[in-house]
Amino acid sequence: MWATQTIAEFLEKYCGEYFPEAFGPNFQYAIAAIIHAVLLVHAFALSPAVFIWLERKVSGRIQDRLGPTRTGGLFGWLQSLADGIKLVQKEDLCPPAADSLLFRSAPYFVCVASFAAFMVLPFSAGWVAVAADCGLFIILAILSLEVFGIIMAGYSSGSKWSLFGGMREAAQMVSYEIPLAICALVPVIAAGSLNLGEIGGMQRGGIHNWFIFHDPFAFFAFFVYFVVATASCKRAPFDLAEAESELVGGFHTEYSGIRWSFFFMGEYASMFAVCGIASLLFLGGWNTGIPPLDDALYAARNASASGEGSAIVGYLANVLGAFVFVTKASLGVFVQIWLRWTLPRLRIDQVMTTCLKYLVPISCFLFLGATLWPLLLATATQRSSWTPDPLGNRTAAEIRESSQASAKPASPAQASNAPAAKAVIR
Amino acid sequence: MNESLMDGQSLLFLIFAAITCLSAVAVVVAQTVVRMAFWLVLSLGSTAALFFLADADFVGAAQLLIYVGGTLVLLVFGVMLTASGPYLKIATSPGETVLGAAIALLFMFVVFSAVNGVEWPAPAVAQSVSADNPAGNTLRPLGLSLLGTRPDLDLPDGDQLSPGYLLPFEIVSVHLLVVLIGAAYLARAKRRTGL
Repeated sequence: MWATQTIAEFLEKYCGEYFPEAFGPNFQYAIAAIIHAVLLVHAFALSPAVFIWLERKVSGRIQDRLGPTRTGGLFGWLQSLADGIKLVQKEDLCPPAADSLLFRSAPYFVCVASFAAFMVLPFSAGWVAVAADCGLFIILAILSLEVFGIIMAGYSSGSKWSLFGGMREAAQMVSYEIPLAICALVPVIAAGSLNLGEIGGMQRGGIHNWFIFHDPFAFFAFFVYFVVATASCKRAPFDLAEAESELVGGFHTEYSGIRWSFFFMGEYASMFAVCGIASLLFLGGWNTGIPPLDDALYAARNASASGEGSAIVGYLANVLGAFVFVTKASLGVFVQIWLRWTLPRLRIDQVMTTCLKYLVPISCFLFLGATLWPLLLATATQRSSWTPDPLGNRTAAEIRESSQASAKPASPAQASNAPAAKAVIR
Repeated sequence: MNESLMDGQSLLFLIFAAITCLSAVAVVVAQTVVRMAFWLVLSLGSTAALFFLADADFVGAAQLLIYVGGTLVLLVFGVMLTASGPYLKIATSPGETVLGAAIALLFMFVVFSAVNGVEWPAPAVAQSVSADNPAGNTLRPLGLSLLGTRPDLDLPDGDQLSPGYLLPFEIVSVHLLVVLIGAAYLARAKRRTGL
């Protein structure tokens, strides 16, 4: 249903003559994997720079200041680069009391866990590094690894402030994972799939098809999810671990220079990741929400995938989809920044109470409600959905379409490369 | 299956298997508890990578979520909360080392002879992989078989509901519920009655 040309197929088709036969498909898969990794790392090393600049400007405006204005001319847009150069030049300290192996490797854990989440995050129809069937499950699993790096950083610093910061952070992140996962399940019930690409594709054709409007429970689940996601990224008002007044910098008190900045790159990357998940699950993913435009883009993608339409048009449709997706996720990040500079910080016991006594029961209730909603609706109105065009009908139609399309003989490259298809864009 | 493709996969398999085994040894050799946890993360994480390599995406993600993200974090968290000094050390006496090594070698011998004793059939996974059903997309059959239907087996019509894993699934869920209630009972705020 979501078949597009893979990078490996592309290489085979257009660059095949440049590769000596001896290297074989392995070489092409390695090249395809390297292209993906480089794209992801560079795009998401750049995005924290943009978000850090945004954070400075937004916080400045909220506090009635201008924020950075000088570096790079207009709006100080080169400020992040200047910060980065400064951080690279700083001394890389390791305190004598620290366990140096763990101390030095902890920032990489945080960074790698946040960045690895982008492997399964689709940016447009079919634009995903690993189109896994259980993409949402994998992305939640990977994001849950980040906490380990933070615990290691806090514990191995050999400083009591770091230890307290790390403990608070661990308690907070571990407990907020529960409502996060439960809220993420609410749209999964509506979609009947854990594949992020399928979930995004199902919300095509108008804003009323977005899962946030699927049922009242999903509507509330979105807001609960957003609060929980903000907390699990350890953003204010839930940033007790970095309470400057008591704990200096929390778990990263002892860090300096580029290792310190890895924590922040990880933080901004995971902010973008959770907002991306929110936009895929609730806000229609790469769909614009305007019915004629959505249908036109869908038709263009399908036409180019089946080889009937122009490949460039399908590609541009995907570029537009990726732009829409990144815009939605960035808006989410903007709201998180806005919250940080507007709301006062909670106490650590209030943070834990909010999670365990309020958010977990609320999300459980929403989950139960979402499972019962279709039954209620069917009993009361004899319909499975309030929208004019129920999800099930559309999905069934698309599956019929794609099964007719795949009844045509598949390309030999696709059939023989199927076992390694995980490593390439589908 | 392509010959050179197999080579690439087996190369990755060797790398991750080596990481798994070496860090498992490092867990035993390490002295401080948190370093042990660190090596355990590497070992369990590359086990998850082995699952991903075998196209078992769901099991790999479950391995990451449950063992690395859940159990290990709880373990380290427990160490952090209960440690008396900055770095809790566990020193083993030579006798314990010898005993542990003997048991480990015996266990390895048992596993090795068991694995060698089985006549392994050709891998069954390769058959179900096609362009329509790419490798690793095992989630739907898995979920359906937990609900008691096995669409992957070619059953006669009208017999779709017979096998499946509904009963084990329900037993495990009831077991987990009991554990949850027990944990809540043990951790409840104890009221002082009388005295």
